[in-house]
Formats: sequence, structure tokens, C-alpha cells
Amino acid sequence: MIATADIMPGFDAAAHIRRKRMAALAVPAVILAYFIYIFFAFDIPGLAERARMDNARILVADSYSYKTHVTRDNRVGGVTIAIEGERKGTWPEGTGPDWVTRESEDRTLVALKRGQEVVIDGDVMRYDVPGYGLIETQVSPGGVALSLPQGDVPDWISASSARVDITTDAGRVTVTRARTEVMRYHFGWELFWFTLDSPFHGKSFGELLGLALSGERVVPDRSNLAAMAHDVWNNQMWQHKDVMGAIFETVLMAFLGTMGAGLVALPLAFAAARNFSPLMLVRAAVRRVFDFLRGVDALIWTIILSRAFGPGPLTGALAILVTDTGTFGKLFSEALENVDAREIEGVQSTGAKPLQRYRFGVIPQITPVLLSQLLYYLESNTRSATIIGAITGGGIGLLLTQAIITQKDWEEVSYYIVLILVMVMVMDSVSGWLRRRLIAADDGGH
Amino acid sequence: MSDLTAGQAGVARIGDVQAAYMTMTRRKRMYGGVMLVVFIALMVSGFRVADGRNAGGFWDGIGNIFQFPGEVLAEAGEKIANLPGLMWTFLPSLIETINIAAASTLLGAIMAVVLSLLATRGLAKWPRLVGLFRRVMDILRAFPEIVIALVLIFILGGGPVPAMIAIALHTTGALGKLFSEVNENASLKPVEGLRSVGAGWGQRMWLGVIPQVAPNYLSYALLRFEINIRASAILGFVGSGGIGYDLKNAFSWGQGRYDEVAAIFLLLFGTIVFFDQLSGRYRNKMIGGA
Repeated sequence: MIATADIMPGFDAAAHIRRKRMAALAVPAVILAYFIYIFFAFDIPGLAERARMDNARILVADSYSYKTHVTRDNRVGGVTIAIEGERKGTWPEGTGPDWVTRESEDRTLVALKRGQEVVIDGDVMRYDVPGYGLIETQVSPGGVALSLPQGDVPDWISASSARVDITTDAGRVTVTRARTEVMRYHFGWELFWFTLDSPFHGKSFGELLGLALSGERVVPDRSNLAAMAHDVWNNQMWQHKDVMGAIFETVLMAFLGTMGAGLVALPLAFAAARNFSPLMLVRAAVRRVFDFLRGVDALIWTIILSRAFGPGPLTGALAILVTDTGTFGKLFSEALENVDAREIEGVQSTGAKPLQRYRFGVIPQITPVLLSQLLYYLESNTRSATIIGAITGGGIGLLLTQAIITQKDWEEVSYYIVLILVMVMVMDSVSGWLRRRLIAADDGGH
Repeated sequence: MSDLTAGQAGVARIGDVQAAYMTMTRRKRMYGGVMLVVFIALMVSGFRVADGRNAGGFWDGIGNIFQFPGEVLAEAGEKIANLPGLMWTFLPSLIETINIAAASTLLGAIMAVVLSLLATRGLAKWPRLVGLFRRVMDILRAFPEIVIALVLIFILGGGPVPAMIAIALHTTGALGKLFSEVNENASLKPVEGLRSVGAGWGQRMWLGVIPQVAPNYLSYALLRFEINIRASAILGFVGSGGIGYDLKNAFSWGQGRYDEVAAIFLLLFGTIVFFDQLSGRYRNKMIGGA
């Protein structure tokens, strides 16, 4: 204490430490106060009531499992078996999974999980629930009659005169006047590789490998491998062709937008750099243009451009291009202001003309900065392109929003999310790899 | 005589070197030229593909590009007296958008500090899990905000909370990577000193590392805040509250409410430019002062 006062007169160490200690306490206190304000401003106490946990359950269950519907048409008779109840997942007439037994034209046994069984016998449905008893419904033109072993209707059955819903841990049964439907849940993503109409459906990996290597053709005019690739690529259920097309569109948007912005921004950056543009007025004007382009933001550019060009990848690419021209213009002009003037003088001293001075004196100095910025933004713009695609309609962003809006194809939503993550991470490593390669290779400067 | 041969040999050697240098340069230039051609081909074909897949073509649309801004400006010009009032009306939404950005930046930065310290070699509490925490940050960073936001909107309903969580998660990954690069340059001496007096991991980090890296952390967090304001406006557009939501409503109403669109455009533009300048100034100050 005495020593400090001797060295630095007027410096009170105790007061200094007191101030520091105050700051160390005040900063967390301010942050805490802000979070308390946010807690009430965003109505987080009310969130618990609004949150739809049943939606969360559907989402999680649907993302890793699927259900198969066994449906009897109660008006004209006849049973159909369809995955997720969709037309494109319907088993062809006369075929079906092994847990459905067609005993006669109008009597069907459906085995559910845990050894439970539902019998559809014409207009009558019988379901023996272990530990509860036999549930029976009878469909008549007047409605659906329900008979239970005990008096009260338990909460896992909802019944009215027009509709009966039974949900157990083994499956679900819905009976209306129009149809009797039994649903059984399975683990996995259904028909991901081959749909039911493909000759390769239901074969194990070993069998498929054997088929691919053997010469016997399953489809007459194609080799087995080509036929498999064709069936996977044209899968109606998961639409791999369209999804990959959408991923391609998104990457295309990011590539065209980023590189286009770089091409537009580079000449403008020269006009905005202090050491290359002598006119203050020009410099200020170009800089305001950059600020404007950046300030209007990708959201508003997307809206404006989609009015002129309609939805699609071009609109997204242009929106990225316009916004990033502002960003790159700023970054490039800062890089240009930092170039070493001695190198340019050196080139000039050999009798180089102005254009050659730029080519050999300036460009080699800024290329590493330029390339590394471009590649960094390429990765970040892949994410932006997903978001812009969701707004303007294009690429994987559009598919994702469509799948979420339907609120039932959650397995597709999780598939798209996985694809987006893979796409971004691949772009990240590609841009990182290129950055290291190009910048290391460019050390020579020629 | 011997001098002469030595001189000749020297000349020959210089000639060799020159020839070798010229071939190398020529080859390098050729590679550069090939890459340029490939790049131009990619750009041109990519543009054509994008043009073909778009609903409206580039050359049809380019003439209409000023039509929509023109309509908005014309209508806003007619009702220019409304603008200040409308801007006042939309001010609460704007504050919500800024709050989403601020809260998510704070939350994300706090999580990023912890994650980045756990993912830095030499500082990590569990050195074996360094790789795991890095992967966690990579995955968080790869999630576009909209993906998490849309899923959360389905569960939690509309409002600012889904956007806040979505942006906070992405921010954690993005800042975590930058923070761990900063951490790697921190001096280990204070940490060792604290360890020698028996400080726990939390104390070593809080007292030994954070004071060293705080200016850089703050500078990156400010830059993120500016990015997150844009993100929170965009997420409002797809259904989470804030000014983006109002913009979507006014916009889908179409003609007749373009004065509202203009007011929101102005508010958003002003906010973004303001925070852009603010963060630029303070970042310079902090990095300069540190």
C-alpha cells in the first residue's frame, strides 16, 4: 500500500480494488435483473399452460416410428392395409404383412404387439385387452354400438354414438360408421429404401447384395443394381429425387449468392478504400451504398426480390448476393486499406503500368483475406439459404416448412433436419479444407 | 581460365534457375487460368440452372424490380402523415425483437463460455471429453435457427420464446468456437498460480482466465448481437413474435397497408444500422484498449 503510493502518487489501490469488486458484482446483478425482466416480458409463467406436450409426444414418437392402418370399409366391405394410411403406402390386393391374417372375405385377424389381437368380423370388432376384458363394437346404419366388460368407459376409450376410439400401449382402434381401422406401431422409417411396389421390398441387406452381384435380372431391361438405384431414387414415399434436388438448390443459392457478391463487391471496394480512391465524395457515397445494402437486411431483400422474380432458387441467390455485396464491400475495402504500399512501389519501380501494378502489387496481398472471407461466408450462407428458402419458397427450407405445416410427417421432418445438418457440416469442412489449401498454395503470390 | 569456366558455369546455373522459375510461374499461371475457367463455367451454368428452376425468369423480373418498392413508396408518400404514428404503434414489437436478440445472445454467450472452457486443451475440467464438447459445439453451430424455431413453435405455440431458444442454441455453437480460439491464446500462468493456492476449477476459470479473455469475448458477443437482431426479425416472419410478424401481416394484406410495411421497413433499417454502428465502435475500442 505504502509502496504503491510512493511509486504512483495519487493512486489509491484500496479504492481501485473496491471499484473492481463492485463491477464484478454489478455485472452479474444487471444480467440477472435483465433475465427477470425477460421472464415476465416473454410471459414464461404462462408458457407452461400454452405448451402442447401432447404435440411434443406425437413429434418424438412419429420421428422414429410409423404406424400401419388395417382398414375395413364398413359401407361396401373389403379390407385395405396401408402404411400411415397413405395411398402410396398401400399393400397390393392379396398381400400384406405377416401380422394380418385374412381368414375369409370378411373376417380379418390383426395381431398387435404384446400378443394382443383384434378381430374384424364383418360389422363387428372384437378386442380382448388383457387385464380389462373383451371390448366389442357393432356397426349399424344407426351408429356404433359399444359393449364393455365393465360399466364405466375408461379414459383410454372415447366413445360416442358415431365414433369409438380405443388407444392402448399395443395399438389403436377407431370405429366409425364409414370404417373400422386398426393401427399398429413399428420402429423405424417405413419404406425408406424401397416402396411396396418395388420387387426389392422386404429383402435383407445380404439378399440385396446377393441380387446385385448375381446375373439373374429381377427387372428384365435393367441390371439389378441399376434397378435398385432406380427404385430408391424414384421412391414415392420419401421422394429422394426431389429432396436431393432441394439440397442442391440450397447449396446453389449459397454458392451463386456468395461468389456473385464477391465479384460485385471487389471493384466497388477499390472505390471505397482510402488509398485507392482519392475522391472523398466517391468514397463516402460507395460506403453509404454498402451500409444501405447491409442495413436493409436479407429478410427485406428477399421480400422485395420475390415480388419481382417469384419463388425459387434464383430469388434466394440474388437476396444473398445483394446483402453480402454490402458485407464484402466493407470487409474488402478494409483489407485494401491495409495493403503494404511498398510492394506496389516495388512493382512500379520495374516499370509496371497501372493495371499491372494492381495485378502484381495489390491482388496477391489481398487474395488470402478475400478467399478466406468468401469461403467462410459460403458456409454461413448455406444456413441463410435454408432460411431464405423457407421464406421465399425454394430448396430444402421450403420442404421443411411444408412438412412441418402438415403436422403429421414428423419422420420426414427429422429426415430433413438430419440432411440439413449434414449439408452444413459438409460445406463447413469443404470450405475449411479449401481455405487451408488455397491460402497455403498462394504463399508465392503469383 | 579457371575463372572463366567458373563464370560460365555460373551463368549457365543462373540460366537454369531462370528457366526453372519461368516454367514454375507458367505452370502456376496455367493452374490459375484453369481454375478461373472452371469457376466462370460453374457460375454461368449455376445461374442458368437457378434461372430455370425459378418461378419467374431473371430477364422477366429485372424490369419489375422497382415495381414493389415503388408501390410501397408511393403509398407511404400519400399517407406520410401516418408514418410517425405507425412507427410508434410498432415500437413494442421492435422492442420485443431486440429483446429476443439480447436475451438469446446473453444466454448463448453464457453457455458458450462454459462449453468453450470445457473444450479447450489445457483448461478443460475433463481433458478426455474435449473432443465431445467440440462436437457438441459443431452440431449446435450447424443448426439453422429456423429449424429449431419451427419445431418449437409446434410445441410451445407462437411467441418470442421459440425464437429465443433457437437463436440461443445457434449462438452457443457459433460463439463457443470463437471463444475457444480466444482461450487457446490465454496465458496459463494465472491458472497455475491459482491452482497452487488450492483454487477449484470454477475459481481458476473465473479469476484466472475470464479477466484475460473478457474483452475479446465481449467484442465477439457484440458482433453476434447485431447478427441476432437480423435473425430474430426473420424468425418473426415465420411465426415467432416481434416486428417480423407484424411485417408479414402487413405484407400479406397487400395494397392498402403498404404504409405499415414502409413504417416497419424504416424501423428495422434504422435499428440494424444503429446497432451495426454501435457494435463497430465499441468493438474497435475494446480490441484497441485490450
